[in-house]
Formats: sequence, structure tokens, C-alpha cells
Amino acid sequence: MDAKTHELYVDRAMWNIGKTGPLWWAIVAVLGACVAGAAYAWIYQLQRGLGVTGLNQKVSWGFYIINCVFFIGISYGGAMTSAILRLTNAKWRAPITRLAEGTAVVALLVGAVYPLVDLGRPDRFLYLLQYGQVGSPVLWDFVAISTYLIASIVFLYLPLIPDLATCRDKYQGTARGLRGWTYRVFALGWSGEPRQERALLRGIGVMAVLIIPLAVSVHSVLAWLFAVTVRGGWHSTIFAPLFVIAAMLSGVAAVILVIAGFRAGYGLQRFITARHFRYLSYLLIALDAAYLYFMVSEYLTEGYVAEASSGPVLEALFVGAYAVPFWSFVVGGLLLPLVLAALPGRRAIARACVASVLVIGGMWLKRFLIVVPGMAEPLMPWDWGLYQPTWVEIAITIGSAAAIPLGLMIFFFFFPVMSVHEMEEVEGVSEPARPALVSAFAGGGDD
Amino acid sequence: MLDKVSRRHVLAGLGTGAMAAGFVPIAFEAAGASHPTAPSAQQKDRQWAMVIDLRKCDGCKKCTDACQEEHQLPANFEWIKVFQVSDKQGRSYFMPRPCFQCENAPCLRVCPVAATFRAQDGVVLVDQDRCIGCRMCMAACPYGARYFNYVDPPAAASPLAHPATPEFPVPQQKGTVGKCMFCVHRSADGKLPACVEACNMLALYIGDLVEDVATNGEETVRLSTFIKENDAFRYKEDLNTGPRVYYIAGHGQNLEF
Repeated sequence: MDAKTHELYVDRAMWNIGKTGPLWWAIVAVLGACVAGAAYAWIYQLQRGLGVTGLNQKVSWGFYIINCVFFIGISYGGAMTSAILRLTNAKWRAPITRLAEGTAVVALLVGAVYPLVDLGRPDRFLYLLQYGQVGSPVLWDFVAISTYLIASIVFLYLPLIPDLATCRDKYQGTARGLRGWTYRVFALGWSGEPRQERALLRGIGVMAVLIIPLAVSVHSVLAWLFAVTVRGGWHSTIFAPLFVIAAMLSGVAAVILVIAGFRAGYGLQRFITARHFRYLSYLLIALDAAYLYFMVSEYLTEGYVAEASSGPVLEALFVGAYAVPFWSFVVGGLLLPLVLAALPGRRAIARACVASVLVIGGMWLKRFLIVVPGMAEPLMPWDWGLYQPTWVEIAITIGSAAAIPLGLMIFFFFFPVMSVHEMEEVEGVSEPARPALVSAFAGGGDD
Repeated sequence: MLDKVSRRHVLAGLGTGAMAAGFVPIAFEAAGASHPTAPSAQQKDRQWAMVIDLRKCDGCKKCTDACQEEHQLPANFEWIKVFQVSDKQGRSYFMPRPCFQCENAPCLRVCPVAATFRAQDGVVLVDQDRCIGCRMCMAACPYGARYFNYVDPPAAASPLAHPATPEFPVPQQKGTVGKCMFCVHRSADGKLPACVEACNMLALYIGDLVEDVATNGEETVRLSTFIKENDAFRYKEDLNTGPRVYYIAGHGQNLEF
């Protein structure tokens, strides 16, 4: 590692720290307005109660539960992408791990607020600690989400330590007050000694292994919230793995969009190349196909028998009231992205981004199609329910989606957008030869 | 003789039920102990049940009205809800649905704070001072018997002289879940549940599995014989929730819903 390359890395990863511009402010203003709108809507709801939502006696879970599952799913993809790439020692990961881990934490913070938004008595939230019943899936969620939140923050923080030290040294004279203090304290006296390097490497390795079962557990528990009931379309043994795959699929799509955004905005084209998007597209293809397979397996086994409970729900999805959103999801949210990401040829980045947008939209729709028809299905003879979300739920949903890019922009206002330390670490280590299958799909070279 | 045998049978069944009941809700018992329960609910020598004679129900919904008046509920709170059912022969009949007070209640298992619990008289109650409003119980109930207070309950005509209890949760609390509890506050005074009392058709019977009796206010029957001789069924019995509400069919309808 020569000093020149180090300077270049530091320069590219850190030039944005403390810097704003008209475009930055414009984006922050728009996103901030959305978040403020959501905050207003939540306060409005806190004052008046859940009566301001479209929820009713029949459909008593709606947008908030959908969003909770959706955003925690997004988070899961960020953590898993980073963990898997670390564990398989994929060298190309270095410029994108920070962005992936940051997405994981921010999306989780957003998703973890939703159970609170959904509670009828949020003031009694801590009763979960005081009177918690181990038999309740709600308590499992509470435990799993809080554990995973801590783990994903640690997973983001550990690789950040050497970079914090770099910031501490770089901004010694300029960054005063809270920012300088943050760099100084949280760098934990890092000086790059071999002893420290070894400890850090071991710590990151342990977290990369730990984060996978933790993330799997969170999404399984979220699935059991539905699967332990006797409702049609919910009471399914495949729900936990289905939710895990869904989370990874939407999460990888979110990572693709986040790195595309920061690549363009922060000028990281030299480090994050079309190759990254192609490799992430392969992950997307694998997960998309896996989801398709799990879903067909679920619907085939349930629909073939069409029991009293699941029959009406499946009918509503395939040919009934929910057929249009359902088939839009299958075609637009699963098949089309699969084709877009899988086709060889040029414009890999654009195709990956379009596929990701479709996947993310599709996965939100799929969560809607799980929660709402399952709630609306007739329990007593022929009493289908209806659900029409109000502006409160829509405003909170939009604001929470905006909070993710906003949170990331604010985070990277203070911290380097790429892991300088990690890029230096893999520098000079030759990339393993491409597996045969990958080159068969990859088509031409980097564009 | 037949009566004696069936009575013994029911009692033996109850004994097993009580053993199972003592075994299963260990997790809920500890937290439940701190719930304020009226003396009536602590009676183990009462196990409330209901019989609904569908042959008599004419769908007038007087039961629903009486329930809403008794508990000061808004119009969309149908703790006892009357469904009009069309069977496969194209005929239709009416089916009132209170809470079934299931012996193996799905709502009870999923509550994260033990706000919902079973009183010793077998009735499933909700402590609205404890409920956090997550609505997991509403997702779990296979009969849609639970109702969430999205808004404040309607203002009472005259304020009540006593605080709300799980047995008589009036007025309801906004942000929490409520449901039918067989009017156990009335049975403490020797009165019939509001719906049973209001039913002109005498289709609703409140009964006690221990005493093995049931009454609609006019006639009193031996519960076990009554449900046996009339081929009573329990709704969605295959779910193994063990409802304590029996239906007597009799319009010639098949029982496939």
C-alpha cells in the first residue's frame, strides 16, 4: 500500500464528509418534508387513536404491519449481502459493504418503529417487559428485533473503527465539538497495530457469522406472527422460509438502489463498477427464482386441496377481488425483474436498477396480499372485510420510505461512504477466477 | 338412569378438562393472579356454557341490541353478532355468534402481556387496564369474536357507580380489545345474560356444565341431555378450540358452511 493510493481512497471516501451543495440540500429538503409529513400524521394519530386509520373490526392489521415486515425485510438484505460477501471473502465487496451495512441499520430503525405505530396503547409498550408472555409471537418479535438491532449496529460499527481513526487524524484541527469528539472516542484509540488488526478481523468475522442466524430468526418470527393463527393463507408451514427469502430479495434490491444512488451522487464510479451491479444481479436472480419456487410450492399444496379456510383466500387472489394486484406482482414484481437481471448484454447498471425498483414494489405488494386478504377472509359464513387506508397511513408509509435515504445521507455526512480500511486490505490481492457459470451469464467484460 | 349416566359422563369429562386446564395455562396463571376478579369469577363450581337453538332464531337482533345497551357499545360492536347464513340448498337461516369462551382459546395463547385470561368459571376475560392494543388476539380468533376500540366508547347516559372490571368492562377503553364475556357480572346477581334475557324467541340458553343445567329464562333443561338429544354441534369443531357454545341445527341445513 503506497501513500498515494491511500490518499486517493481517503479522498474519494471522505470528500463528502461535512460537505453540502444545492443538490444535496434539495434532496434532503424533499425527503425531510416527507418525513415531517409522516411525523405530523403520527402525532395526529397519537392524539386521536387508531380510529383515524382505515383499520376496522374485520381488517385490524393493515399498512403498519405490512410496512413493519417490509422495512425489516429491506434491512435484512443489507446485512446478509455484507455478511455473505465477507464470509465468502469476495474481494469486490470492499467498496459496497459500508453502504449495505448502513442500509441494514437505517431500514431496521424505520421498520422497528412500526409495531409502536400500530399499537392501540403505545403508552403501555413497556408492559412487554413487565408482563411479557413467552408464549406470544408478539414477544418473540420484540426480543428478536431488539437483538438484531443491536447486532446490526455492531456490524456497522466494527469495520468503521479504523475509518473513524482516519477521520480523527484527518480532521484533527478542523472538526471540533461533537463531531471531533465522536471520531476521537469511537475510534477507540485505533492505531493500526497488528494486535488491533487481528482483534478487529476476529470481531468482524464473528459478527458476520452471528448476523445470519439473527436475521433469519427475525424474519422467521415475523412470519410466525401470521403462521401460528388459523387464518387461510397464513397458517402455512412454509411461511418462515418464504419470509426469509422475501426479505433477502427485497433487501438485495434495496442495496442495488442505494449503491447506485451514492455512486452517482458521490462520484464513486471508479470504485463501484458495472461488475458490482452484475454480481448483485446474480444474487437477485437466485433469490427471485427461489421465491418463485417457494411461492408456487405454497399455493400448489394449499390450492390443490382448497380447505375451507384457505380456499376463499386463494380464490380471491387468483381470480377474485385481489387478482389484479396479485398477477401484477407475479408478472411485474417477479418475472419481469428476473428477465431484466438475467439477460446478458449492455446497460447492466440500468437494468439492475429497474429490476430492483420492480422487485421492491412487488415485495411491498406481496406483503399487502398476505396481510389484507388474510384479515378480510370470511371467518364466519360470508363476512368478507374491506380495507381502505386513510391519508394518515399513506403519509406515514411515504415518510418512512423517505427516512431511509435521508438517514443514509445524514449518516454519510459524518462518516466515510466506503470502507477505506477494507479497500486497502483487499488491494493487491488478486480476484479469484470467475466461476464458469458466472462467465457464461456475464457476457462481455466490464462496461 | 340415562340421566345419571350422562351426568356422570359430563362430570368425568369436566374433571379431565379441569386437569388439562390446570396444566395448560401455567404461563397465564402467574400474571392472571394479579387481575382483579370478582367473587363470581373465582367460583370453580361454575363452568358457563351456552346453547343456541337455531330452529328458533328469527334474526331480530334483539340480543345484539340488548348487549350493546348493557355494555354501552357503539353500533358496530356486535359482541353477539347475528349472521344470515345461506346453505347449499339455497335456504337461509340465522346464526347468532357470541364469544365461544373456547377451552383451548387461540386468543389467550398469543396475548403478549396476559391481558386476556381465563377466569375460574371458564369465561375468557380481557383486562383493559393491561391490554396494549396489538390486536394479535383478533388475528388469532377463528370466529371474529373480538372487537377493537378504535375510538372512545359512546358517552354513557348516566355514569356507573363502580369502576370497570374485566367481568364488566364498562365503559370500554379506547385502544384496547373487548368481547363478550357471557355477562358474568349479571350471573353474580342471579340474572341471565342480557342477550338471553332479551331473546323473545327463547333461542338462547345459558348453562353451567358443573350443574349440568341450562335455561333460556322460560324452561330449564338438563344441559348434557339437551345437547345430545338435539344433536348439537360446535362451530368449526375441527379446529380443536373447544368452544363452550353449542348450536342446535334443525332447518334441514347441512352443516357445511
